Amino acid sequence: MNFDKELDARGLNCPLPILRAKKALAEVTSGQVLKILSTDPGSVKDFAAFAKQTGNELLSTAEAGGEFTFFMKKK
Amino acid sequence: MDTKKMAIIATKGTLDWAYPPFILASTAAALGYETQIFFTFYGLQLVRKDLSVLKVSPLGNPGMPMKMPFGPKWFKSINWNMPNAIQAIIPGYESVATALMKQTISNNGVATIPELRELCQEAEVKFLACQMTVELFGFSHSDFIDGLEYGGAATFFEFAGETDICLFI
Repeated sequence: MNFDKELDARGLNCPLPILRAKKALAEVTSGQVLKILSTDPGSVKDFAAFAKQTGNELLSTAEAGGEFTFFMKKK
Repeated sequence: MDTKKMAIIATKGTLDWAYPPFILASTAAALGYETQIFFTFYGLQLVRKDLSVLKVSPLGNPGMPMKMPFGPKWFKSINWNMPNAIQAIIPGYESVATALMKQTISNNGVATIPELRELCQEAEVKFLACQMTVELFGFSHSDFIDGLEYGGAATFFEFAGETDICLFI
């Protein structure tokens, strides 16, 4: 998937992946896509909840070898 | 849509209890909540310039696992809890427990308290400090970080009365 910015939140624990994502989203424009890498298992539910509450769209969630990849489109 | 609001009353002044208010406030701010923390009684320690005053104590705290943050897996899984009477007579026990806790926090990629507090400030979480407690405990405003507002219960309710979520921690 194409993306405009990447955030490496691997090794970070709650709530840092969300806080860093919020910051990274502030640096892209509406409609652009942020790719997020995380190793925090709690971040799967957290990013879904974050998207639901902020109106940013979670395009996909994937897991491979204990690593999670999210694509989020800015509102 | 109206902006959602959250207020937290932070009353504890230890390293472990510093986490819930700052984690919840910074996350709420990231979700778009207008957020305020009212620091009162021991909670005032969380807005000191010098955060090294924050310690964690296993004494009288049966819920706290005492595990080593280093060594092989079998060693890390040992629980070192000991009777209160013994903990109480070991000099420096709290300082050692605090150092081990900070190492565990770092090993797990959990943010430090100074980091979380700064993230809250960056996200414009409003910090209100209880003026009565400042005087009661003999603090002066110079003991605390800049950007605090000082007030009392009535000042807190001015914001808290309009909130969607209000927590006492």
